[in-house]
Amino acid sequence: MDMAVSDQKQAGNAAHNSNDGVDRPLAIEARGLVKRFDGTLAVDGVDISVPQGAIYGILGPNGAGKTTTLRMLLGIIDPDEGIRRVFGHDRPHDIARLIGYLPEERGLYPSMKAIEAIAFMGALRGLTLPEGRKRGLELLERHDLAHAADRQIRQLSKGMAQTVQLLGTLIHRPKLVVLDEPFSGLDAINQGKLERMIRTLADEGTTVIFSTHVIHHAERLCEGVAIIAGGKVPYAGSVEAARDRIPAQVRLETRAREGAWLAALPQDARREGDFFMFSLPETGVEPLLRQLIEGDAGILSLSIERAGLHDAFVHIAGEAAARQLEADSQLEGGQ
Amino acid sequence: MSIDMSEKARLSNLQAALVVARRDFVAILFSRSFLFFLLGPLFPAVVFAMSGGLGAAANQNAPDVRIALQMPSEDMASLMDAHTRLENELGRGGVPHFYLFDPAEGHDPIDPEALIADKSGIYGAVLTGTLENPVLTGTSDKLRAWSGQVTMHLALARTGADVSYPALATSLVTSSGATVKDQRRDTAQISMTLLFLLMMLLAGMVLSNLVEEKANKIIEILAAALPMEAVFLGKLFAMLAVSLVGVGVWFSLIGLVILSGSDFGGVKQTLMGMPDPGVGWPLFSVLFVVNFSMGYLLIGSIFLAIGALASTVREVQTLSMPVTMLQLFIFFFASFTLIDGAPLLEMLAILFPLSSPFAMTARAAQSEELWPILLAIGYQAMWVAIFIKMGSTLFRKRVMKSGGGGHNPNKRRWFGLRRAAS
Repeated sequence: MDMAVSDQKQAGNAAHNSNDGVDRPLAIEARGLVKRFDGTLAVDGVDISVPQGAIYGILGPNGAGKTTTLRMLLGIIDPDEGIRRVFGHDRPHDIARLIGYLPEERGLYPSMKAIEAIAFMGALRGLTLPEGRKRGLELLERHDLAHAADRQIRQLSKGMAQTVQLLGTLIHRPKLVVLDEPFSGLDAINQGKLERMIRTLADEGTTVIFSTHVIHHAERLCEGVAIIAGGKVPYAGSVEAARDRIPAQVRLETRAREGAWLAALPQDARREGDFFMFSLPETGVEPLLRQLIEGDAGILSLSIERAGLHDAFVHIAGEAAARQLEADSQLEGGQ
Repeated sequence: MSIDMSEKARLSNLQAALVVARRDFVAILFSRSFLFFLLGPLFPAVVFAMSGGLGAAANQNAPDVRIALQMPSEDMASLMDAHTRLENELGRGGVPHFYLFDPAEGHDPIDPEALIADKSGIYGAVLTGTLENPVLTGTSDKLRAWSGQVTMHLALARTGADVSYPALATSLVTSSGATVKDQRRDTAQISMTLLFLLMMLLAGMVLSNLVEEKANKIIEILAAALPMEAVFLGKLFAMLAVSLVGVGVWFSLIGLVILSGSDFGGVKQTLMGMPDPGVGWPLFSVLFVVNFSMGYLLIGSIFLAIGALASTVREVQTLSMPVTMLQLFIFFFASFTLIDGAPLLEMLAILFPLSSPFAMTARAAQSEELWPILLAIGYQAMWVAIFIKMGSTLFRKRVMKSGGGGHNPNKRRWFGLRRAAS
């Protein structure tokens, strides 16, 4: 089991010290989850801690074990080893009313009317059918889909059907929403809508955990991420901490091309066109600046660029996983 | 931030099963195909009724098979006198009938073999010769059937004396132990056969019950929200309810046809002739429905699990033949309960969960004791729970996997199962 660099190992006490410095109870806590299918290791020692109210991403290429991990967290399948707790419960089905789940493979009964499909999904989570229909109609109206309420699912466009399913996921007002590849198959406009919806849910105190192979979604939305590759989680923690794992990059432009000041540059400095690129020295930029000025380098510009989540992913999961992630993203974009 | 857990945070298994059952039941009941489901068995029933009517009419018009008789005139007169006396004692159906070829009335000598070969088929045998040297010609079955009776006729005709038959006082009882036992066995057999036919007709539907959910990817939503046992139970409840609606409609229609005066291909006569079952008709009817329900749930839970492992409709169709064979085996195994002097086999048929409802239906027809039947219903319910648990566990283990990585090429594929993770 690769415990790697989880910065939340201390979170086994079912509380999480978040970025704002406030201890928050955990919505999801997983320790050492292992799942084998017919002897093949699908998930190998996953540790995840998701504080309540957070937006949390599970980031990894296709086939990395994201869906299997989510299924274990939801109780759809049981782990072979390890523990999982959702709101402190070992059996997620015991708190089914608190959870909403949108699976990767979207599915609705084609002959059902949209409003009935939403109400049915609510009924699965303990809502009465009349209440489900009432709330469903409100949600459909809010998303400009009231006209589709009495249409059969098979008569809806793919995007509309996906929205209906998402509304069905939220109809019972869950405290934890689990979305498996929610942006998959959506156009840019609907992706934007979904991002806004996720933020709204989090603002209302709902914990949102979603899997994705698109880094930008995780970077824009998530407070924390678990990077998963080959069934292992080499990193689980805040997005900020992930980015901090790679030193910031300094981009320097000088008037002089040669001079003694060159010796002051860090060893990893490389020339890229008119710029020098190098990692931010541990001592900070001030001593370097002093030497450059004294050496008469003629500083035209100097910027410090923080590493993105993509760089962090490459650093943590490796080049191969990053390339696969990139390919998955492009494939998704091309579809 | 804290989550309020005071509210009950999940549906009970029964509530969850009812949510699934309600959806399935409504979806099936209000589908166009349900009409065909209802009408389907009525076509053979109508054909059966019509063929029964035609058969009866054909029997009515069928020629009365007789024995052709040619002897000297005085011998024939003696023989017919004996025939009249025997018919008086044994009844019209108890003696063969003769067609006379009397030489005194101008009939030529007959050729027995040619007469029997006659296409009209009226003559089953031919009696020729004299009273002292009679010859009966016929096929083996006719000779076997009529030799004894013809000999009686000849003996009585030869003595020519009045045989006095003593007056026999009779005392009527409505039934005997032996008769009741025999008749109840008939009731048991008919009930078991009916139960088997209904199960055969209806239980197979369960096989394809999860294919829609798998094809439309709905299964994961169900599996995330509810325990798989509840999903399985809900599916079974729905199909049982659909089946009971179907059975109710069919029986009501048959009842209406019979009430309108039709014999419905002999069904009415058979029903009217069935003796009271051991527990009485009202309770037997209730127990029949209960046994049908338990049998349906038992075999349905197995079919559901088998069908759930299939990934396409084609695989389900392939499975339907061995499944039918299984049902036949169960029926024949349950038939052991009808064999006298085989208590061990009867007990095995009762204990084997799949044959237990059949066996207990037979028992309800044959025995007045109610407690073993009630005990068996509890026993069957336990097995329903066990089968559902086993089926749902297998389903979760074998089917609820995702695609993508982790592929192990050395593993064989069963029913197209996906084993890798994504």
